[in-house]
Amino acid sequence: MDMHRQTLTELCAGLDKGDFTSVELTQTLLDRVAAQDEKLNAFITVTSTEALAAAASADKARAAGNIGALNGLPIVHKDIFCTEGIKTTCGSKMLDNFISPYNATVVQKMADAGAVILGKSNMDEFAMGSSNETSFFGPVRNPWNLECSPGGSSGGSAASVAARLAPAATGTDTGGSIRQPAALTGTVGLKPTYGRVSRYGMIAFASSLDQAGMITRSAEDAARMLGVMAGFDERDSTSIDQAVPDYLAGIGESIKGLRVGVVRQHSDEGLEERTGARAKDAIAVLESMGATTVEVDLPNIDLSVPTYYVVAPAECSSNLSRFDGVRFGHRAENAEDLLDLYCRSRGEGFGDEVKRRIMTGAYVLSAGYYDAYYIKAQQVRQLIADDFKKAFADVDLIAGPTAPSPAFKLGDKVDDPIQMYLNDIYTIGANLAGLPAMSVPCGFVDDMPVGLHLVGPHFGEEMLLRCGHQYQQETDWHMACPEAFK
Amino acid sequence: MSVAWEVVIGLEIHAQLATKSKIFSGSPTAYGADPNTQANLVDLGYPGVLPVLNKEVVRMATLFGLAVSATVARRSVFARKNYFYPDLPKGYQISQLELPIVEHGEMHIIGVDGMEKRIGITRAHLEEDAGKSIHEGLDASSGIDLNRAGTPLLEIVSEPDLRSAKDAVTYMKKIHTIVHYLGISDGNMQEGSFRCDANVSVRPMGQKELGTRAELKNLNSFRYIEKAINIEVERQIDLIEDGGTVVQETRLYDSDKDETRSMRSKEEANDYRYFPDPDLLPVEISNEYIEAIRATMPELPDAKQARFIDEYELKSDDAAILTASRMLADFYEGVVKATDATAQVAANWVIGDLGGALNRDGLGISDSKISSDELAGLVDRIHDDTISGKIAKQVFEAMWDGEGSADDVIESKGLKQITDSGAIELVVDKVIADNLGQVAEYKAGKDKLIGFFVGKVMQETKGQANPGQVNQMLRDKLK
Repeated sequence: MDMHRQTLTELCAGLDKGDFTSVELTQTLLDRVAAQDEKLNAFITVTSTEALAAAASADKARAAGNIGALNGLPIVHKDIFCTEGIKTTCGSKMLDNFISPYNATVVQKMADAGAVILGKSNMDEFAMGSSNETSFFGPVRNPWNLECSPGGSSGGSAASVAARLAPAATGTDTGGSIRQPAALTGTVGLKPTYGRVSRYGMIAFASSLDQAGMITRSAEDAARMLGVMAGFDERDSTSIDQAVPDYLAGIGESIKGLRVGVVRQHSDEGLEERTGARAKDAIAVLESMGATTVEVDLPNIDLSVPTYYVVAPAECSSNLSRFDGVRFGHRAENAEDLLDLYCRSRGEGFGDEVKRRIMTGAYVLSAGYYDAYYIKAQQVRQLIADDFKKAFADVDLIAGPTAPSPAFKLGDKVDDPIQMYLNDIYTIGANLAGLPAMSVPCGFVDDMPVGLHLVGPHFGEEMLLRCGHQYQQETDWHMACPEAFK
Repeated sequence: MSVAWEVVIGLEIHAQLATKSKIFSGSPTAYGADPNTQANLVDLGYPGVLPVLNKEVVRMATLFGLAVSATVARRSVFARKNYFYPDLPKGYQISQLELPIVEHGEMHIIGVDGMEKRIGITRAHLEEDAGKSIHEGLDASSGIDLNRAGTPLLEIVSEPDLRSAKDAVTYMKKIHTIVHYLGISDGNMQEGSFRCDANVSVRPMGQKELGTRAELKNLNSFRYIEKAINIEVERQIDLIEDGGTVVQETRLYDSDKDETRSMRSKEEANDYRYFPDPDLLPVEISNEYIEAIRATMPELPDAKQARFIDEYELKSDDAAILTASRMLADFYEGVVKATDATAQVAANWVIGDLGGALNRDGLGISDSKISSDELAGLVDRIHDDTISGKIAKQVFEAMWDGEGSADDVIESKGLKQITDSGAIELVVDKVIADNLGQVAEYKAGKDKLIGFFVGKVMQETKGQANPGQVNQMLRDKLK
């Protein structure tokens, strides 16, 4: 089979067997990127030279018997991860000139495991967006329909995996930024438990919600990636010191007896009917495999979007203060004075959505509004987390649709932030509660893929991956490839 | 008409904690390095970097809290104080607002009126220092040195319990002594390791409500604090008596012009949009931890002073001087332990001659050219009558100049006291023979002349004769 059509797991076996070298594989994919990415705009930076050098040394290491978990496997990093000596833009004009002097922990761990970086993927500016349209570098197009959005913010990562330009990509998820684009592109997206993967070197959007994860073609590939990415990092105080299990070990076990929760309160309002039906079908497949379904209550879940849009902007308004034109990034020319330097550097460097969130955030934190908005939101956040905790007393995981509809047309929602925000209605709860969650492809609506959303309890990644993998033994939605990218 | 005014002062003291590395990064904190050589990516606020708390600052703050009888919070929270400034790389300062690590402490001082006063310590919280802007030597631009950015500070906030500039200085000096005793700050004011802001207001004597306060920023010497507060008090009283009102604002003290002037008013004040820092977990402290820290608590100045008075029978003033710094107290106790002389004699030497020499050469006790053992060696030679107190001063100077131990100097300079009565008698006889006129006067009843004869003998012996022995022998011979 053509190399580009193989999953990470298959490529890993191919390299092990000597069917091809990492240099051959890397060159094949680089050629594909060169030929196909014009249509998609999934890459901000392609690192051909570095990739081929890394592939050569991976081949050498392999020959010497030194074989890392991702040895010689090409992947893509979302351009939110700092990569030493390589431009790291976060999708913003603000960082268009920023060459990171260091590697994010995730980047370093993957490099240590032998991974080869093909490039940096396009994304919504500072990960703020659900359609990839806020990127300074232009929108990414959905490989299933080039007029559609691939979702966001990890849209470039999702599109590159869906279009078989790369077998796997890293992503980050603050409110659904891995899972929603995975659903909209027919790929697998996993957001681990908050604290499972180090945030060091991942440019912060909303620190208490941001979590790194991956977009892959199968749950098994996600397990392979997570084993490398996860783990305590002393440079991230919020990373959790807990042993990393072998995520591949239990993946083959049956899901017989698995208790799957279905949320009673998830309203059908705004849910495209057939998208909801595909999720129900998928749950029925799980039942046919021996799982049982239980209705669970998440009484406050309808408050998750407003809660998120207080907490996330509040944190982002502060996190993005460091982009002031003084030490790095965009600096306005001919500033008259300090204030002018600040105002124009930021005014020119940030796009509209980023500005909207900074202003919202500054507002909810300001004197006189802090209690009414920020404190209240934190209290609601706690209630939502408590609801999940209660629900997980009765079920092993919670299932439903990932996004309320399949991919929408580029331009359709860009002028209506509220409609855009509602795209994350099913995914945001997991971020607020710090829970692991995954989207797996579960069918098509009008030839566009949709996803099944699985949420687990804290550190429930093994179960999510097992459930996803078992589902993918019964179904082949994840094997579907967009016609134009076969 | 003139009303009596009461001055009300509260201090916010910033003590730099003496950690090796910064509060949230591994960069060193040493003072005086070339600009930006002690700032890593975390200090520079680079995209993606995260703060990690230096646990040593928690220990230091806990120790301070216990030393001022405060409550050490079992859970404290770091918050972000958001504002833009070039020397603040992240656009926010990590500090503590609602849940500081230390609350409800107190300290007792002796006020200018000689009465003991309790000064409440509202809170002490941990925070990071900012960098500094550099304008000198740069043509039409500004530089930023971020070496200081991220240096750990303990901000110690007093209640408005101080009633005079002098009391404010006394209080600040006492905090200075305590942080030094605890080993948590070097207290170096020239380097900015210990500085304060003073909130100053006045009100008619007897009035309950506080007057509107002005905040005097960045006072970094005890002398300036006193001068700045006094000048500000004068300004406020003049203003009110002329029919004006004090506005709440931040003012700077200009030591050249000896005046305070407005920096920014409350209307221009920033809304800092504080919120808990999501990059840092709350600091949780157990009772066991607190007890373990308490067990390491050194003897504090007040307790040490009381013990010196009690154990060494020192005069209270001497005890106060000797306990002003932990190192001086340790030095003194080193002398006491090593000498056979009384503790008061040892105190006289440490405070008098040693203190004088240090002062003269501008040195601190840690730079003393004579160790406590060496000083004890000198005091012992007086005690055992090898030399007189007067000769000892000469020996001390030689020791200070590096000429060796007391015994070395006495030996090499031949300063050993003459106690051989035969030798003294020869000199006494000579003095009597040479001064027959005075002998006659003495015998006629002019007793005071005994001093003249002693002086002559001492002169002849270059001070080496035992003065007591000389005195006795003269009285016997002149009977």
